[in-house]
Amino acid sequence: MDTIAAISTPMGEGAIAIVRLSGPEAIQIADKIYKGPKGKTLSSVESHTIHYGHIVDRPSDRVVEEVMVSVLKAPRTFTREDVIEINCHGGIVTVNQVLQLALREGARLAEPGEFTKRAFLNGRIDLSQAEAVMDLIRAKTDRAMNVAMNQMEGRLSALVRRLRSEILETLAHVEVNIDYPEYDDVEEMTHQILVEKATAVKKEIETLLRTSEQGKILREGLSTVIIGRPNVGKSSLLNSLVHEAKAIVTDIPGTTRDVIEEYVNVRGVPLRLVDTAGIRETEDIVERIGVERSRQVLKEADLILLVLNYSEELSEEDVKLFEAVEGMDVIVILNKTDLEPKIDTERVRELANGRPVVTTSLLKEEGINDLEEAIQSLFYTGAIESGDLTYVSNTRHITILQQAKRAIEDALSGIEQDVPIDMVQIDLTRCWELLGEIIGDSVHESLIDQLFSQFCLGK
Amino acid sequence: MGYEAGQYDVIVIGAGHAGVEAALASARQGAKTLVLTINLDMVAFMPCNPSVGGPAKGIVVREIDALGGEMGRNIDKTHIQMRMLNTGKGPAVRALRAQADKFQYQHEMKNTLEKEPNLTLLQGIVERLIVEDGECRGVITQTGAHYRAKAVVMTTGTYLRGRIILGDLSYSSGPNNQQPSIKLSEHLEELGFDLVRFKTGTPPRVKSDTIDYSKTEIQPGDDVPRAFSYETVEYITDQLPCWLTYTSPETHEIIDSNLHRSPMYSGMIKGTGPRYCPSIEDKVVRFNDKPRHQIFLEPEGRNTQEVYVQGLSTSLPEDVQQRMLATIPGLENVQMMRAGYAIEYDAIVPTQLWPTLETKKITNLYTAGQINGTSGYEEAAGQGIMAGINAGRKALGKEEVILSRSDAYIGVLIDDLVTKGTNEPYRLLTSRAEYRLLLRHDNADLRLTEIGHRIGLISDERYAAFEKKKAAIEAEKKRLHSVIIKPSPENQEYIRSLGGSELKDGVRGTDLMKRPEMNYETVTKLAPPEVPVPQDVAEQVEIQVKYEGYIEKSLQQVEKLKKMENKKIPDRIDYDAIKGIATEARQKLKNVRPLSVAQASRISGVNPADISILLVYLEQGRIAKIAE
Repeated sequence: MDTIAAISTPMGEGAIAIVRLSGPEAIQIADKIYKGPKGKTLSSVESHTIHYGHIVDRPSDRVVEEVMVSVLKAPRTFTREDVIEINCHGGIVTVNQVLQLALREGARLAEPGEFTKRAFLNGRIDLSQAEAVMDLIRAKTDRAMNVAMNQMEGRLSALVRRLRSEILETLAHVEVNIDYPEYDDVEEMTHQILVEKATAVKKEIETLLRTSEQGKILREGLSTVIIGRPNVGKSSLLNSLVHEAKAIVTDIPGTTRDVIEEYVNVRGVPLRLVDTAGIRETEDIVERIGVERSRQVLKEADLILLVLNYSEELSEEDVKLFEAVEGMDVIVILNKTDLEPKIDTERVRELANGRPVVTTSLLKEEGINDLEEAIQSLFYTGAIESGDLTYVSNTRHITILQQAKRAIEDALSGIEQDVPIDMVQIDLTRCWELLGEIIGDSVHESLIDQLFSQFCLGK
Repeated sequence: MGYEAGQYDVIVIGAGHAGVEAALASARQGAKTLVLTINLDMVAFMPCNPSVGGPAKGIVVREIDALGGEMGRNIDKTHIQMRMLNTGKGPAVRALRAQADKFQYQHEMKNTLEKEPNLTLLQGIVERLIVEDGECRGVITQTGAHYRAKAVVMTTGTYLRGRIILGDLSYSSGPNNQQPSIKLSEHLEELGFDLVRFKTGTPPRVKSDTIDYSKTEIQPGDDVPRAFSYETVEYITDQLPCWLTYTSPETHEIIDSNLHRSPMYSGMIKGTGPRYCPSIEDKVVRFNDKPRHQIFLEPEGRNTQEVYVQGLSTSLPEDVQQRMLATIPGLENVQMMRAGYAIEYDAIVPTQLWPTLETKKITNLYTAGQINGTSGYEEAAGQGIMAGINAGRKALGKEEVILSRSDAYIGVLIDDLVTKGTNEPYRLLTSRAEYRLLLRHDNADLRLTEIGHRIGLISDERYAAFEKKKAAIEAEKKRLHSVIIKPSPENQEYIRSLGGSELKDGVRGTDLMKRPEMNYETVTKLAPPEVPVPQDVAEQVEIQVKYEGYIEKSLQQVEKLKKMENKKIPDRIDYDAIKGIATEARQKLKNVRPLSVAQASRISGVNPADISILLVYLEQGRIAKIAE
């Protein structure tokens, strides 16, 4: 086992940030970058103690950060290995430097979920706990929490079980034909019957996959980007959304990403506000829409909040923004209604092309209700808000469902090409086995790896 | 008091289908082998249906042959009819079945045993094993003979405390009124083995010249000559047909009104019968909406009038059987020569065995066949050859052989038995094999000849022929992969005539063969080899090319399995020390003592969470070892 390291606090504006190391070399590696008062070393201290000192870049001894270091020796630690936690002052740059130094001294950057995986491998938590923990830590809102609970209570299991028993019936039928070729009591499973059965199975899997889209949004939050020219009020919008939301949960699923995200809960709709730091940093300086990175963010967004200035004429740039978000879910916000209206609202509605337009005065806290309503109704269109749907909200499950769908499609194409029934059966069986993996009826060696790679790094 | 009767490497108790394969495999490996049977006239006797093979079972016979066993060769010499089944389906489920001349089959097999140089065939009833220090060192017969050996194979069939039940008549007996083996069964209990009581049955036999065949449908053998053994060169062309008829509403009425006389329903039969081979009274009761059931009339041999009434297995009283028969079209005036009966017998719980078929309780003691809870001649023979191979190797100080689930149906069979056990007489089905596309009738030699040769059961001569065939397959595949078939007018014309769509461009021979309407024959019409390849080579090329995609998928699955198979569980593992394993799983694991994580995962009652924990525990052990 090597020693792993990662930043285990959410990246952002927190008061402190923690770099965590775990593994047999954790303490030695920490000592290489730690400079304690009066030459104190971490290897010489008691377990479960905390120590003041500096992180230095040797050999120059340049001070990188002033820190408190916790020394936690195996086995009474989260991972049951030696663990070092370096408490930094926060700020992305310095925390990253501390991490880089640890990596330079021999630690390996932890994979997503690896701390938890080690805890599991070392017997600290069991698999079923881990499964539940996974969804719970990901449940960003009350609603998402309900889905997670539902799944644990076996609603998905019940559906998958039913689907499996349908496939099994067909399988059994084919088997009888094969094992008892002269037995005339069972009708021969023809390609035509098989097509019907397989098509029905495929449809059900597709339905489950469709709801998984919904489930994904609940779990990960609706990826939301605020765009607009400088000084239209993006920062105010962000602040008012964050301010309004009672429960702010922040999280970040990777170390290398420098796009900062914040979670807000708008009337039960979880929004993952992307690039909030960017907005905060740049609001007063220069606008950077059009920067390559932002384009990328736009492309991945589920929802765009396009802010326009109510008190200015529509500019060339505004029109370009409309072009950039063509075909996407957009809410247009006409901000600054407290000032004299100058914008051509007719033209805006034309550009919005049926997408909602709300007017606000973020300064005076007006129109925020309308905005929230617009977000809510955009999300809960049609039958989605039945409250009784079984969402597939687990990435592992979604991946398996996709594989199962491919298997059943292979079966169908086999039938089409007149492949012998016992070959078609291979794909059918595979579909059945895959579905079994969802409810834990078949185990794969890779299950543990897959499971834990879904964990947020550092947890 | 007893006397010393001789020293052997291996002793085989019983000379049924398991016993003869075990004895021959042992002797042919060079182990001095003794076979003891209750009755020398019953060697390789077929107490039930006079046939060998069928789905899954037929492939087992091929596998036995590829390993150097006898069943395939013997049936090739003594059958009255052969048919390839499932020809309308894919190559994976094609299966050969032969109707045997059951008397000739026995005589031929007995003679083969007699001719085997390293083998001694004797009549005798074994009553006890000689067990010292947990090791089996020989057997003691009824007459007091002490035979010593380094390993012993028990293949007792249905003889162990056998009891025949026919209506309200019930008596202690082996199959077909043979002397049962009572003392050995008691001795096994004494030794601490868990025994179960199983039941099986057989239908009545009727006299051929009292059957009105005009009221039945003929079921002839195949026109093309068939053989089980890869060695067979002489084919029997003179075949006898079987005949198909049906039960009638009257048959069902008779059964219904006589159920109270059935030992099945009176509670007289305690043993568990096989679900897949129900008695006629079972079929009528359980599927009472079915107006009729199939009845196959199968001759028991060339020089006999006896005909086996397949589908009418029963333990109803003799008079009811007679009346039932008379209601079946074609059998109105039939003479019943022997009545059907049910037989109960002891079997050992097979989870008491290692995958080598050696018992966990007593080393050097092996069991095979019905004693392990299976039914069927082929299942018995498949275990027999493996037990014989392993007992012989143990006696000769060589490493034992285990076939995996991806090697052979025999591997599936044995793994199922020793890992899952069985609640009823176990029969092989193709659906028990997860890699059945790889376990085909046609490629048994490609899968197993190598092993057969390595352990000395396949001659160098046969092995050379096998290598030649293998090379020819590869060469022809390579040729067809490199040859380009051009869209010339003649080629297009030919492909159109087969119902295919025209070529857009030149195409590789192998790619063309993958089309549904094409096969080896048609593709080689367009791209003939310089010298025509033998038929078996052509068949292999066609299957391997045509179904490449599916075979590839199966192979990928096997790779996954292999990973788990390679995660060995040390026998010294302490399951009580592993936290978090469910109580039921813990007990099962302690009982089965799986050799690998793959085997552990197949134990019923051991769920994926338990396996994950086991993996973690083993991983910890590995980590600990690395850390040391």
